[in-house]
Amino acid sequence: MAPLLTPVLTLIARHRVLSVLLFLLIFPWLMPYEALAVNILIFGLYAVGFNLLFGYTGMLSFGHAAFLGVGSYLTGMSIVHAHLHWLIAIAIGVGASGLVGALMGHLAIRTRGIYFSMVTLALGQIVYYGFYKAERWTGGENGLRGVTVPAFEFAGLTIDFTNPVTKYYVMLGFVAIALGLVSRILASPFGAVIEAIRENEKRAAACGYDVARSKLLVFVLSAAICGLAGSLRAIHLSVVPIDSLHYLQSGQAVMMCLLGGMGTFFGPFVGAAVFLYLEDVVTTLTRHWMAVVGTIFMVFILFFPRGIWGSLIGRWERATTPSAQT
Amino acid sequence: MVELTPQLLGLQLVTGVALGAIYALLAVGLSLIFGMLTVVNFAHGAFFMVGAFLGIYFQTLTGSFALSLVITPLVVGSVGMLAERFLVRPLYGRGIDYPLLLTFGLSYVLIELMRVLFGIEGLPSSTPAMLRGSVDLGIGRFPLYRLVLIGATAAVVLGLWLMIEKTRFGLIIRAGSRDPEIVRVLGVDVARVWLLVFGLGTAIAGLSGVLAAPTRAVNPEMGITVLAESFVVTVVGGMGSLMGAVVAGLLVGVVFSMTSLLAPEFAELSIFVLMALVLLVRPQGLFGKAGLMG
Amino acid sequence: MSTLIPAPTPNPEHSTSHADQHADQHAAPQANMQATSRRRLLQAGAAGTVLAGAPFAINIVRAQGAPIKIGFPTPLTGAFSAEAQDQVRAAELAVKEFNDGGGFNGRKVELLVRDDKLNPGEAASRTLELIEKDKVDFIVGSLSAATQLSINAVTRERKVIFNSISQSDAINEAKDWSPYTFHEALNPHMTAGAVARYAFPKYGKKVVYLTADYAYGHEMVRGFERAGKALGATTLADIRHPLGAADYSAFLPRIQALKPDILVLCNFGRDLVNSAKQATDFGLKESTRLVAPVLLFTSRVAGGADAFEGVVGGTSYYWGMEDSIPAAKAFNDKFRRAYGGAVPSDYGALGYAGVRSVLQAVVNAKSTDSDKVADALGRLEYNWYKGNQFYRKCDHQSVQSIIIVESKSKGMKDKNDVFSVASIEAPSESNLRSCSELGHKG
Repeated sequence: MAPLLTPVLTLIARHRVLSVLLFLLIFPWLMPYEALAVNILIFGLYAVGFNLLFGYTGMLSFGHAAFLGVGSYLTGMSIVHAHLHWLIAIAIGVGASGLVGALMGHLAIRTRGIYFSMVTLALGQIVYYGFYKAERWTGGENGLRGVTVPAFEFAGLTIDFTNPVTKYYVMLGFVAIALGLVSRILASPFGAVIEAIRENEKRAAACGYDVARSKLLVFVLSAAICGLAGSLRAIHLSVVPIDSLHYLQSGQAVMMCLLGGMGTFFGPFVGAAVFLYLEDVVTTLTRHWMAVVGTIFMVFILFFPRGIWGSLIGRWERATTPSAQT
Repeated sequence: MVELTPQLLGLQLVTGVALGAIYALLAVGLSLIFGMLTVVNFAHGAFFMVGAFLGIYFQTLTGSFALSLVITPLVVGSVGMLAERFLVRPLYGRGIDYPLLLTFGLSYVLIELMRVLFGIEGLPSSTPAMLRGSVDLGIGRFPLYRLVLIGATAAVVLGLWLMIEKTRFGLIIRAGSRDPEIVRVLGVDVARVWLLVFGLGTAIAGLSGVLAAPTRAVNPEMGITVLAESFVVTVVGGMGSLMGAVVAGLLVGVVFSMTSLLAPEFAELSIFVLMALVLLVRPQGLFGKAGLMG
Repeated sequence: MSTLIPAPTPNPEHSTSHADQHADQHAAPQANMQATSRRRLLQAGAAGTVLAGAPFAINIVRAQGAPIKIGFPTPLTGAFSAEAQDQVRAAELAVKEFNDGGGFNGRKVELLVRDDKLNPGEAASRTLELIEKDKVDFIVGSLSAATQLSINAVTRERKVIFNSISQSDAINEAKDWSPYTFHEALNPHMTAGAVARYAFPKYGKKVVYLTADYAYGHEMVRGFERAGKALGATTLADIRHPLGAADYSAFLPRIQALKPDILVLCNFGRDLVNSAKQATDFGLKESTRLVAPVLLFTSRVAGGADAFEGVVGGTSYYWGMEDSIPAAKAFNDKFRRAYGGAVPSDYGALGYAGVRSVLQAVVNAKSTDSDKVADALGRLEYNWYKGNQFYRKCDHQSVQSIIIVESKSKGMKDKNDVFSVASIEAPSESNLRSCSELGHKG
C-alpha cells in the first residue's frame, strides 16, 4: 500500500463523518452537473439506510423501495395537497416511513433468510399497489406533480431550490445529520448487537440480547433514513414517480451496497455514486446500458464481493495490523 | 353488470386453470433449482422470456411448432448450464444471498441480449395453424390452444414426476435436496448433478416461454412481472416442493382469474396479499418442509 | 446516432490547444520542401497566434453563432423504443431542414437527445440535466403521460418551453399547465371522441370497455362515453385490467357473456397487441367489433395482421394519407429521401412537428427568449404534415385533425401498407374539453 495512503485512511477512519462531509462539500464540483450530485446524495443516503439492515444486521430486504416511496409521497402530498411548510413536510415523510417500517418490520421479523426477502418483496408490492390505486391523492400512474418549494429568506440569504448549487448544499445539511446519526448508532453498543445478530443470531440470543426487538428497531431506523432520502427526492425532482415503490427500486439499493461495500460506513455511498455516475455516462455511449450494468454487477459479485470501498478498507486494515509492520 | 351464471363461473375457472398451468411450470423449475441448489434464480423470468423468443425463432426456422417445443428447451437449458458452471458455481458456500444477486444481474444481461438479437419491439407470435380456433365447452367458447396448453403442462409434470420417482437421477435429486453432504460422501458427483438440475430448471422455464408465447405479446420485458408471480407461486406452494409448485400454480391462477371477474382492480394485489398471508401464517408454504432455509 | 453524444460547445481553451496541434502537424521539416514547409509553418503559426491571442474575439463569435439547443428526452430503451427512435429521426429531419435553410440569424439548431427510459423519475433527472448542464433553450419530447407530466413539472418551474409530443389529458389541466406548456399531440379525449363518432353509429350501441387501469385508460373511457351519450350508446361494462397485463384471458369470458356490439380496447401499445390477440383467440370477433382509441403503426406491425384484423382505431397520422392530403405527401417524401425509403409513423410525425413549430416560433419572435417565443408559438398557425393546425389559447392544445384507420389483413402492397384510412375528422375546438372544465379562467 502506498506509504502516504495508510496514514490518510487512518485519519479518515477515526473521523469518518467529518471526512465524508468534507468530501461531500466539494463533491458538486467533481460532477458534470449538480442534479447528478444531488441524485447521488439522495441515493447515497438511501443505500446507507438500507445497508444498516443488509450489511450490518445481515437481513436482505427486497421491499425497501416502500420506504423511499412513502417518504417521497408523504412529503409530496403534504406540500401539494396540504400546503405545509417544506420542513414540516420532510418531518412527516420521515415519520410516515418509520411508521410503515414498524408495521412491515413487525410482520416480517417473524421470518428469516430467504423467506424474509420474499415477505418484504410481497409487502413492498402491496404498498406499491396501494399508492397506485389511490389516484386522487398520489396521481396514480402519472405520479404526484407540483412538489415545489418557493424561494425563501434564511439568515439574510435568498434560498431558491431552482438554483442547483443551493439545492445541493441545503440537502447536504440533512444528509450530514442523518450520516452523523448512523455513525453514532454503529459506534454504540446497539451497533455491536446488530452485528452480532448478523454473525450468529442464536448466539446473540444466548448472550441475553432481545434479538426480535433489536431487529425491529434497526428495521425502523433503516426505514426512517430511507424515508428521509425519499423526502429529499420529492423536492429535488418536483415529482414523485410511482416506480419509486417498485421492487426494482429495492434491487437498486442492493446493487449499490454491493458495489460499494456492505458492512462499511461509507461503502454504500461510494456504491451509489459509482452506480449513478456510470449509468449517466454509459447511457450517453450506448443504448445497451442494462447489459453493462448487469455485467459489472456480476463481475463485482464474483471477484470483488467486498465492493470498491470495502476492498480499499480491507487493504488498509491489512496494512495497519501489527504483523504487517515489520 | 353481468350476472354470475354457473356457466360464466365455470368458464372463468377453466381460464384460471389455463393461466395456472404456466405458473405451475415456472414454479416447478424455480422449485427444482431452489430445492437442490438452494439458489433463488432471479433470472427465471428472463429464461422464460428467452424461451419465448427462441421458440418463435425455431418455429419460423423449421416451420414446425412441435420441433421448436423440443429444440428450444434444450437450447435454453444449455444456456442455463453455462451460467451455472461459470457464474453461479463459484458462489456456493458464500451464503444464500450471492447466487440470488448474481442471477439478478444475469437477468439484466439476458434482457439486453434479446434486444440486441431480436430487436426492441419483440416478435409477433401467433398460434400454430393446427391449434387455432375456439372450442365450445358447453359453458362458452374457449381457445383450443389453451386446452392444449393445460394438456401439455400436465404431460410435462407427469414426465418430471416419473423421472424423479422412478429413475436413479431422480433418486439423487430427492436425496440431494434432503442432505447434499451425504450424497457427496456416497460418491456422487454432486457438481455434475447441480449442473444438470440447473439446466433442467431453466429448460422448463424456457419451455413455459415457448408454450406461453402464442397467448401473449413477446417482448424483452415480459419476464419482469412473470418473475414476481413465479415467486408468489413458489412461496405459496413451498420452496423446494414440486407438488407444492403445481398445486400453488393452479391455485394462484384460479385466484387471479376469479378476482378478475369479481373485483378486477384488485386482481394483481390479491396474489401478493395471498403471498404475504401464507408467509406469515405458514412460511414454509403449503407443501414445504418447516425449517428449510430458516 | 451522433446526436446521442452531445457536441462539445466551442471553448476558447480548446481552440487554443487545437491550433497548437495543427501547428505541430504542419511543421514537417523536409530538405527539398523547406521553402513550402516554412511558409506553411509561418501560416499555421500566424493562425495559431491569432486564435490564441484573441479569446475575447472567440467569445464574441461564440455568442453570436452559439447554437440553439433543443433538449429531446424520449424513451430510447424500454417498451416504446421503436416509436421513440422514430420521433428522434423525424425531429432530426426538422432540425436539418431548418439548418439547411440558414438557421436563425446564422445560428444553427442542435438536438440533444436523452434517454428517459420511459421512467418519470429518470425523465425529471434528464430534464434537470438538460437545463442545468446543457443549458437548452427549449424542450420537446416525451412518449407517455407520466413522463411528460414529470418533464413539465421541471420545465415550468424554470420557465423553459416544453412542447409535449405524446398523449395526455392531464397536461392541459390548469393544475399541471403553465404558459410555457404546449401540447403538440392529441389527447385521449379528442381521440376517443373521434373514434366514438365514427364507430358507434356504424357498428352498434352496446359497448363494453376493456380498460387499462391508469389515468390514460380512464381518460379514454370518459372521452368515449361523453361522445357516446350524444349518439345513444350504452355502456354494458367498464372492465379494468392492470397496466402491462400479459394475460387477458381472465376478463374475456365475462365479455363474451355480455355480448356487446363493440368492444373498446382502452389501452395502448403492447397492452393493445396482447388484448387484441387474445380477444381474437377467444373468438370474440365473430359477434363483436373491436375498436381501439389509438392504433399505433408499430403496434400493428408487431402484433401482426391476424390479431388486428378488422380492428378500427384512431391515430394522429398515417402515411397512407398522402393520397388525399398534399402536405402528407410532401412530408412523406422528405422522410423517404432522408431515410432510404422508410415512411414516418404517427409518433414520428409528432416529433417533426413538435420541433418545427418551436423553431418557427423562434423565427416569428425574432428571439430565443422563452416569453417571446411562447407568445409567438401561441399565435402560430401551421400546416407541417396533415393540414391546418393551431394552439388553443387557454391550454396550448394543438387543434388538429384525427384520422380513423382500419387494419388491413389482405391486399397489402408492402410491409408498410397496414391500414386503410376510413375517415378524417376535421380539426375543431368543439372536440376538446372546454377551457373552464380544465380549470382555466377567462
